[in-house]
Amino acid sequence: MFSRPLSRRVFLKASGGALVGTLAFASGPIALLAPSRSWAVTTEQFTTHESEALLQFTRHVFPHRDLEDAVYALVVKDLDRQADADPAILALLRDGVTALDRQADGDWLALDATQRQSSVAEAAGSPFFEKIRSSAVVSLYSNPLAFAHFGYQGEEGDMGYLFKGFDDLTWLPDPPVADSGLMPGA
Amino acid sequence: MAQFDNSKTFAHDDDSVVVIIGSGAGGGTLANELAQQGIDVVVLEAGALHDRPDFHADEWPAFSQLSWLDNRTTSGSWRIARDFPNLPTWICKTVGGTTVHWAGASLRFQPHEFQALTHYGALDGANLLDWPVGYDELAPYYTRAEDKMGVTRTNDIAGLPGNNNFKVMHAGAQKLGYACNTGHMAINSRTRDGRPGCQQRGFCFQGCRFGAKWSTLYTELPAALLTGHAELRTNAHVAQIEHDAKGHATGVTYFDKDGNLVRQKARLVAVAGNSIETPRLLLNSASAMFPNGLANSSGQVGRNYMRHMTGSVYATFDEPVHMYRGTTMAGIIPDEARHDTSRGFVGGYEMETLSLGLPFMAAFLDPGAWGEAFTGAMDQYAHMAGMWLVGEDMPRASNRVTLHDELKDQHGLPIPNVHYDDHPNDEAMREHAYLKGSELYAAVGARDIYRVPPYPSTHNLGTCRMSAQAQDGVCNAYGQTHDIPNLFISDGSQFTTSAAENPTLTIVTLAIRQAEHIGKLMKERAV
Repeated sequence: MFSRPLSRRVFLKASGGALVGTLAFASGPIALLAPSRSWAVTTEQFTTHESEALLQFTRHVFPHRDLEDAVYALVVKDLDRQADADPAILALLRDGVTALDRQADGDWLALDATQRQSSVAEAAGSPFFEKIRSSAVVSLYSNPLAFAHFGYQGEEGDMGYLFKGFDDLTWLPDPPVADSGLMPGA
Repeated sequence: MAQFDNSKTFAHDDDSVVVIIGSGAGGGTLANELAQQGIDVVVLEAGALHDRPDFHADEWPAFSQLSWLDNRTTSGSWRIARDFPNLPTWICKTVGGTTVHWAGASLRFQPHEFQALTHYGALDGANLLDWPVGYDELAPYYTRAEDKMGVTRTNDIAGLPGNNNFKVMHAGAQKLGYACNTGHMAINSRTRDGRPGCQQRGFCFQGCRFGAKWSTLYTELPAALLTGHAELRTNAHVAQIEHDAKGHATGVTYFDKDGNLVRQKARLVAVAGNSIETPRLLLNSASAMFPNGLANSSGQVGRNYMRHMTGSVYATFDEPVHMYRGTTMAGIIPDEARHDTSRGFVGGYEMETLSLGLPFMAAFLDPGAWGEAFTGAMDQYAHMAGMWLVGEDMPRASNRVTLHDELKDQHGLPIPNVHYDDHPNDEAMREHAYLKGSELYAAVGARDIYRVPPYPSTHNLGTCRMSAQAQDGVCNAYGQTHDIPNLFISDGSQFTTSAAENPTLTIVTLAIRQAEHIGKLMKERAV
């Protein structure tokens, strides 16, 4: 499906803080792309706990039930990069996770999903929430794993769909030639 | 890239040249049309050169590569000011300007749209005016523009084949009794003018890799350079237009790629920086003689900013669509473009298919949104069809580009603030358009229908408008400013009103006509 193989780094890098997991959908579109069912994303700034909290938080902001954690981990990676470049962002995100944990009397991740969801809703509009939302709305949906999951072909379109399905919709009648033009050469 | 090499260069103190600021639909076309007459032109383009091999088939990287991202501020009640406060527009800073990004829709304005005040009457809160030029005068120039640009379904050029997104729109149009075809597009359906036919990539907005879509980048500009009468300077950001004691333009100063301030003399200056930068430059060129900015005796420079009434409707279906395959604007319904006040508003709107890739769908579906309503839509991305609604918006004196009091750009020049409030007519038209777009998709069995708010503006118009009387506008019917005879406006800033149609064809049409007029004035030594 993709003209370029995915970097193995996305799946197999390990040092410092890390998110690790196993693909939930062994035969899903992402598994077809992955060199291995196991994946790991490392972070420079965030601890493993912070990374896990940020990942869960992002899942509550943009809840796609069947979307692999491996894709949400790319948002954490994006936030980590931003935190690495700007201490104010690091403080915002670190303090935000600390505040979540404090509200949960210890470990926000130990709360059940409903409780977590309500704390995310409470945070809506805060700088912490907005940093995660505004980053995730870009990084969650702008990567080859997300493309595969949501059915967008990305760079595969670069050479054109003229002979690769640009008009392959069959559940509606074909428009007459007067309204739609002929294929070149036809 | 030999076709962009300057075979001829001009001295900075050569005051016989025409300086053109901007290389997009207006500036790029004007440059070629003048050079073909043997008139020497220097094109100053603020952006860098990115040609077809450089384009990205990836929305965010392409956006970073091509867009005008210099800081701007916004104010007013438009939602853009909340969601994208520093990005009022989606236009380009690159050789070829926004013709690199445009979707290619090339529709003539309707005759009555040149006489908006006459046909619509005076509306409260609107600054309507008739154009000083009419459809009949422009018709032969429209014909030349369509030939130059290779517009489908004109000049015996075949229409483009329709993609999946078009099929959905067409089926809905049939149910509602609308006409719908693959439109008048400046996209080659067959090889023409040395450029190949469309390969249906679906990356029209990101720059056409094959050059099937008309852009000044690989048509007008290389053709101009080939004459030996044109020089293209890239990364040249104009700071000021200068004038003499008689109030005539004498040249410009610009920052070159190294940040050095350079002075280029000129016999005539034409400004085509798009409707934010054009008035900004005139305002930033204020002098003792022209304290309110150049060509601004009317006070209209920067006012009457129009961006079209826009909005989008996306709908999801049980079966897949894959709308992103193929031309971005694949089909057009003209039925609602008529002027018919029984709908509760003046003017009209076009319905045009549109698709966004996954990254931009996330960014623009409902900016700021989160939670299951948002993700539920994204989950259905592959089953989604979409259309853009684009119609006439009202010129308002208070919708305005002004200079920021404090903030400066990378060159130390005051940045622009863009203020916009929808007119009640715009709101009524948008509501009608949302309803009709929704009805269309409901008629083909839509599951969910989404009303998507306006994107940052690609159609920016009116901030140096044409007028018959000098007190009503900035320039005359040829784009020549009322105040300074050798200063011309050559982009969509000239538009007196916005009409419903995508503006590029009319910008090119006006540039062809303007070039002819400038050639005549120069021959007569009138400028």
